Amino acid sequence: MLELINLSYQTEDGKVILKDVNLQIDDRFVAITGPNGSGKSTLAKLIAGIYMPTSGKILLDGEDITEKSITERAKCGVSFAFQQPVRFKGITVKDLISLAAGTKISVSEACKYLSEVGLCAKDYINREADESLSGGELKRIEIAMINARGTKLSVFDEPEAGIDLWSFQNLIQVFRGMHERTHGTILIISHQERILDIADKIVVIAGGTVAAYGEKSEILPELLNAQAGCRFTKEVRV
Amino acid sequence: MIDSVQKRLLSEVADLHEVPQGAYSLRINGNLYGKNDSENISIVAKEDKPGIDIYIKPGTKKESLHIPVLLSQTGLKELVYNDFHIGEDCDVTIVAGCGIHNSGDGESEHSGIHSFFVGKNARVKYVEKHYGEGDGNGKNVMNPTTVAHLEEGSYLEMETTQIKGVDSTRRATRATLKSGATLIVKEKIMTHGNQFAETDFAVDLDGEDCGTHVISRSVARDQSRQTFLSRVKGNNRCNGHTECDAIIMDDAQVTALPQIEANHVEAALIHEAAIGKIAGEQLIKLMTLGLTEKEAEAEIINGFLR
Repeated sequence: MLELINLSYQTEDGKVILKDVNLQIDDRFVAITGPNGSGKSTLAKLIAGIYMPTSGKILLDGEDITEKSITERAKCGVSFAFQQPVRFKGITVKDLISLAAGTKISVSEACKYLSEVGLCAKDYINREADESLSGGELKRIEIAMINARGTKLSVFDEPEAGIDLWSFQNLIQVFRGMHERTHGTILIISHQERILDIADKIVVIAGGTVAAYGEKSEILPELLNAQAGCRFTKEVRV
Repeated sequence: MIDSVQKRLLSEVADLHEVPQGAYSLRINGNLYGKNDSENISIVAKEDKPGIDIYIKPGTKKESLHIPVLLSQTGLKELVYNDFHIGEDCDVTIVAGCGIHNSGDGESEHSGIHSFFVGKNARVKYVEKHYGEGDGNGKNVMNPTTVAHLEEGSYLEMETTQIKGVDSTRRATRATLKSGATLIVKEKIMTHGNQFAETDFAVDLDGEDCGTHVISRSVARDQSRQTFLSRVKGNNRCNGHTECDAIIMDDAQVTALPQIEANHVEAALIHEAAIGKIAGEQLIKLMTLGLTEKEAEAEIINGFLR
């Protein structure tokens, strides 16, 4: 279980991005949504240890990981998929999946992780994760790396960003599959209704704090009620 | 007998554990230690100066030749001339390399001048590794010069690596290409401490439809200095591409001077040069996989120089 207790973050120049975020996340698939600039990506980076909170605590299965580095958190069981996947010259797709798995993996194991994200392994396994791969291909490889890690918490920062419509259809299938197979918690930041629709629970972040958190059946209809405007984000903005 | 130091050098520069099979020439401490001809490859020691002439018969396919040089005696300086005469329609691999073990205070230096005469439609892969080590204060210096003449339709691929232990190097490569010839150069350099490396390419694309790719990847650490110069001249309808990509670390200095010159309206020439530190997001990505910052840095550099 991931617990965020009074978690706050402000930038060096004093701008408050997140204020007193309190959440307990224990379901298989939880989506975080909210307006642009509401602090969602910052929240994901605080969980991964890329940013350190100004105050508050982060607990993973009861263990306080607030002060732990990125590496230590990764070892504790936190995985993080970037919104913009990183490219590497000379490092192959197989190398990356091996590094993620923490051991030299066989070709057939690499194939398993790549086929789960809809990539034909033989076309990709020895390719360099560099400029020659498209954004959509890299996104899938990023997801394959998270699957290879198999940690108790996997955080995805807007996996749909920069993906074309055709790839997006496939991405939905990939996440549906992950929802079925996961033994941990998938925490996914998204604006997409179809991704939110896979979630068990939805968190709405607005104005740097939790505007709503509950079952999908309760939250999603309200978010989609565009004409009236979303009750959750309105309340916070007032 | 080859001693244990020399064996280690041999394995570093040529991936060999013993004197090689097939055609080879092994030079140790300034003398020709041994050589072997094959049916198609003959090696002849030069009489007027140090070095060898290598003759590869036309039509020789799938053969390889090893010509490692080892220096384990401190303070030894040598200049060697090796000429490769590669017949028409050959398809061969040449593995060269120089290993220096300097355990004294004298400066050890190996400078090789390699001339390639690549016959019509021949294909040559040339692999060269430079490696230095030692526990003394003496410097390891290597100044290789390569001159390549590519006949019509020929192909030369040069893969050169200098990763460790060479204090100073000035590497010059000159090439002229006739019609339909192709030259591919892949260079990898890492410098550390107070090392200095300069690499200087000049390629003349003389023939119609000839082409070259010159690709240099380097890592400069500590207080080391590197200079990359490359001049590609398009004198006919041709394609030329030169690329220098460097990672800079610590207090190192890197200079890149790519130069392209078109003397024909259908010469298509491109140069690219990039110098930068390791991207923070690359380190963070690998750290989110559980690597420490040092481990992440090593993976990025190893991949970059692979």
